[in-house]
Amino acid sequence: MDTFIEAAIKVVAVFALLVLNTLLLVWAERKIVADMQNRIGPNRAGPFGILITLADGLKLFLKEHITPRRAELGTYLAAPAMALLPALLIFLVIPIGRPFHIGDRLITMQATDLNVAVLFVLAISSIAVYAIVLAGWSSGSKYPLLAGVRATAQAISYETAMALAIVPVIVFASTQAGGEAGTGLMSLSRIVELQSGSFGGFLPAWFGIALIPSFAIFAIAGIAETNRAPFDLVEAEQELVGGFHTEYSSIRFALFFLAEYINMFNISAIAVILFFGGWNGPTFDSVLPAFVSGLLPVAWFMIKTWVLLFGFIWIRATLPRLRYDQLMQFGWKRLIPAALVWLVLFVVVTGFKSFGAPWS
Amino acid sequence: MFDDFLKPLAGFKVTFSQMFKRRVTTQYPEQKRVKPQRFHGRHVLNRYPDGMEKCIGCELCAGVCPARCIYVRGEDNDPEEPVSPGERFGFVYDINMLRCIFCGLCVEACPTEAITMTQLFEISVTNRGDAIYDKKALLVGEDGTPNHPLGDSPFIAIEELQAADGWMRATASAGRSAYEGVVAWTPSAGAGLRPAEIGQSTPSEDGA
Repeated sequence: MDTFIEAAIKVVAVFALLVLNTLLLVWAERKIVADMQNRIGPNRAGPFGILITLADGLKLFLKEHITPRRAELGTYLAAPAMALLPALLIFLVIPIGRPFHIGDRLITMQATDLNVAVLFVLAISSIAVYAIVLAGWSSGSKYPLLAGVRATAQAISYETAMALAIVPVIVFASTQAGGEAGTGLMSLSRIVELQSGSFGGFLPAWFGIALIPSFAIFAIAGIAETNRAPFDLVEAEQELVGGFHTEYSSIRFALFFLAEYINMFNISAIAVILFFGGWNGPTFDSVLPAFVSGLLPVAWFMIKTWVLLFGFIWIRATLPRLRYDQLMQFGWKRLIPAALVWLVLFVVVTGFKSFGAPWS
Repeated sequence: MFDDFLKPLAGFKVTFSQMFKRRVTTQYPEQKRVKPQRFHGRHVLNRYPDGMEKCIGCELCAGVCPARCIYVRGEDNDPEEPVSPGERFGFVYDINMLRCIFCGLCVEACPTEAITMTQLFEISVTNRGDAIYDKKALLVGEDGTPNHPLGDSPFIAIEELQAADGWMRATASAGRSAYEGVVAWTPSAGAGLRPAEIGQSTPSEDGA
């Protein structure tokens, strides 16, 4: 029973965290992009306009549902939920802080510590593609259909590069764990623990420092996976009506919107865990009271994630959108070969270091 | 080749440095930008300083209007209680603000400077019918303040209405020698008087 209550509390907490974070993220994005364009941005709803997302959400909630006559109703209604669900599921395996004890009970700061969490993340993020293609198809309109096809091709292309970028992380984790092998290395909490030390005493033992090419590939693929600028030609709001969600209105549209921003947060969180040490950071256990030092890892995690989110927004404010052929060429002819070459190089070098050259 | 790879990244410096520069936004309802003197805002129908209406119902404005948004009907003045100094006055005067293109040809056509434009621009309405300004809305008050059909709406800045610019005190000297040196119009109700214009019979400053 206790386990059930704990799980229920965690799930609710994850949901609340994601939704609140999205409220902040949409506001922050609008403010930062406005700053970069010498504008002021939203500043009416609440202090500094911080409630603008709430107001927008409320407005969307109260709008009329418009269902196209030729829509496949079942799929049409399921697609927004199918977009949101994977976004929420991914965060369940993400450890946001150091585990702590209440009495004898060890409470982990993640909803579930999956031993194949990396695979889980990749699998679930692939499911999100279904939402896009089904939303486009079931709308009964040709432009969303075309956008859905475009989005699927993009997501599948860049997923490959993303998965290839993660493999060196697992291999490196294995060497850090002293040559251990097995699925346990794919647990995100394990990966975070392995990054708790330091390289040579002064650099934090973040995998991203040892694996810069992996992080670069992961970041590019992650931006493409979340359909963000400069890879946002799924939606291309300045050029097209709206991509796959053209025929969606009201709260159904808002769900797609929410899913996009939660995915942004998820990708940043995973990048922090795989490359930037997760919740690791100075906690000053001996100086600060236990409660504060217990919460500091969460703060480190959030700070690191928001730095990456700022990067997302910065890229959006800077880079122009790619053309579709450029997107495909970049994905298949540059990013995936680069990921493969890096993977082979890294594995060969690691193999030599661990087992010695085969001829010696 | 490496240089080509880094060049697109220069944009990141540009966008980041913009974050610390001055904002160009005007906080509109609180701050208002100074409008050009000849701004073409909504129209007003003017009065003479004694309260008489300037419009004589000649329909020249309606005739010249390229958008055909003005509808005028004149009527003979009652000799005992004239509305305007001439024989006739504008009995009906409607402008459809949704059709008006704010070109100012009506102002140019008007022989008595009865219709002029102001700097008022907050004329949005929630109902198409409200966009048709009738004579009651167009005619300035006895003190020269323009009316607004929705004057009690919270979205209309009454201060802005009262400080409206326009030729609202125009006396239409029309070149008659009796008006030479007389103040012809003021650019703004609260902005003081503009000096009198030099008439045709006054020698110009360079003696020509």
